[in-house]
Amino acid sequence: MSAAFATQVGMLARRSVLRTLRQPAMVVPALLFPLMLLAVNSGGLQAATELPGFPADSYLDFVLAVCFVQGGLFAANSAGTNVSNDVETGFLSRLSLTPLRRVALLAGQLAGIVTLGLIQALTFLIVGLTAGAGIETGAAGALAIVVLALLISLGFGAIGAFVALRTGSGEAVQGVFPLMFAALFLSSMALPRDLIETDWFRTIATWNPVSYMLEGFRALIIQGWDGEALALGFACAGGVALAAIVGASSALRTRMTRT
Amino acid sequence: MSGGARTSQGGFWSVARAVAWRNVHNYFTNPAVIVPGLLFPMFFFAAFAGGLSRVDSVPGFEFQANYTAFVYGFVLLQASAFGGVFTGFSIARDFESGFSRRILLAAPRRAAMIVGYWAAALCRAAFTVAVVTAVALVAGMEVVGGGLDLLGMYTLALIANAVAALFGSGVAMRLRTMQAGPAMQVPVFLLLFLAPVWVPYDLLTGWVEAAAAINPVTLLLEAGRGFLGGDPTQVLPAFAVGLGLLVLAAVWAIGGLRSAERSSA
Repeated sequence: MSAAFATQVGMLARRSVLRTLRQPAMVVPALLFPLMLLAVNSGGLQAATELPGFPADSYLDFVLAVCFVQGGLFAANSAGTNVSNDVETGFLSRLSLTPLRRVALLAGQLAGIVTLGLIQALTFLIVGLTAGAGIETGAAGALAIVVLALLISLGFGAIGAFVALRTGSGEAVQGVFPLMFAALFLSSMALPRDLIETDWFRTIATWNPVSYMLEGFRALIIQGWDGEALALGFACAGGVALAAIVGASSALRTRMTRT
Repeated sequence: MSGGARTSQGGFWSVARAVAWRNVHNYFTNPAVIVPGLLFPMFFFAAFAGGLSRVDSVPGFEFQANYTAFVYGFVLLQASAFGGVFTGFSIARDFESGFSRRILLAAPRRAAMIVGYWAAALCRAAFTVAVVTAVALVAGMEVVGGGLDLLGMYTLALIANAVAALFGSGVAMRLRTMQAGPAMQVPVFLLLFLAPVWVPYDLLTGWVEAAAAINPVTLLLEAGRGFLGGDPTQVLPAFAVGLGLLVLAAVWAIGGLRSAERSSA
C-alpha cells in the first residue's frame, strides 16, 4: 500500500469515524434498541428453554446473538445515511475532482461503521455477561464474537453504502431498512431451526444467511468450538460483505462517472 | 338550537371531516407512509406466528385456540396502537408544514382537529387490521370465540387505537416537530413489549413478569386473547383500564391543543 493511498484512507476514515460518533441519533438507537429487545426477549421467552431439544438453559444465552446481527442492521442504515448525505451535499462530486482512489473512498466511508460495530459488539458483550450470560468458548470465543460482529457490520454497512450510491437518496436508504429488518425476523432468531414447526418459515430461515450468522454466534456462546457452525457463520458474513463491497464499488464508479 | 350553535356545530364536523379526509388521503396515496405501517405488524406476525409456533407446547401454556391466534391477539393490539401513533407523526408534519396553524386560525372549535385526527387514526388502523386479519386467517388462525366475543376484542382494539392516537396528538401538538417521533413511539413500543407478548402471563419470568404485572396493556392483551379463545377473562378490569386510559389520553390531547393554540396566538 503506497503512502499516498494510506493517507487517503486515513483522512477519510477519520472523517467517517468522527462523523458517526458525533451523532448521538446514530449511536444511541444502534445500542439501545438491540439491548431493549435482548431485555424483553430474555424474560419473555425463558419458557421456551423448556422445549425438548432447546440448546440452552437460559434464553439470555440463546438470544444474545441477535444483538450483534441487529447492530449490523443499524450499521447499514448509518452507512447509507452518511453516504447519501455526501451525495446530496455534493461532497462526492468535489472528491471526484481530486486524484482520490475509489477503494480509498469506500474504505474510508466504511471505517466509521466498523468503529460503531466495535463499540456495539463490546457493549453487547459486557451487558450480556453482566446480565448473567456465559460464553462457552471463553476469552478466545469473545474475541471471535467481536470479529464476526465486525464482519457483519462491514457487510451490512456496505449494503447501506451500495443503496445510497445507487440511488443518491437518504429516503431510499430508509426504505430499505424494513427489508433488512425482515431478514432478521425471518431467520432462526427466536428458536433453533430444528424447533421451528411451521414449514414455510423453516424453509425461509434455512435459506436466509442471517440464520447462519446467528448460529455462528450461538456456537461460540452456547456450544463451544463448533467448526461447521463457525465456518458457515463466517462464510455467510464474509460472502455478504464481499458481494456488498463489490456492488458498492461498482455503484461508486458509476456515480463518479456521472459526476 | 340557536343559529349560532348550529353554525358552530356544523363547523366542528366540517373541520373534523376535512382533517380526517386529508390524513386518510395522504395515507393511502403515499407508499412511504402506508408501507411501514403495514410491514411492521406483518413482520411481527410472520416472525412470531411462524418462528415461535412450537412455544405453545411449553408446559403450562394454556390457550384455547392455536398459537397463530395467540400472536394475532398481540398484533391486533400493536397494529391498532401504531395506527394511532403514526397519526401523531402526521400531526407533527402538519405543524412543520404550517397546515395545522392555518386550521387553528380558521376552525371555530379547534377540538375538531383532534376528532379529525382520531378518525384518521381509526381508518389507518382498520386498514392494517383488515390486512393482518386476512393474512392470519389464510395462515390458519383458529377463532374459537363467538360474534359477541369478537365484538369485545375489536372494541378493545378500538380503545387502544384511540388512546394511542390521543397520546400521539398530545405529544405532537406540544412539540410540533417530526423530531418528536421517538417520544410518541418509544413509550407505546415499551408498553406493548412489556406485556405477555409470546407466552401467557403465568409463564413470564424475571423483571419482565414484574413489569407486565403493573402494565395496563397486559389486561387489554389478556382480555383480547380471552375473547378470541372463547374464554373471556378480565373483561371488566380490561374495559375499566381502557376507558380510564382513554380519559387520561383525551385530557393530554386537549392540553396539547391548548399548548399549540398559545404558541400560535
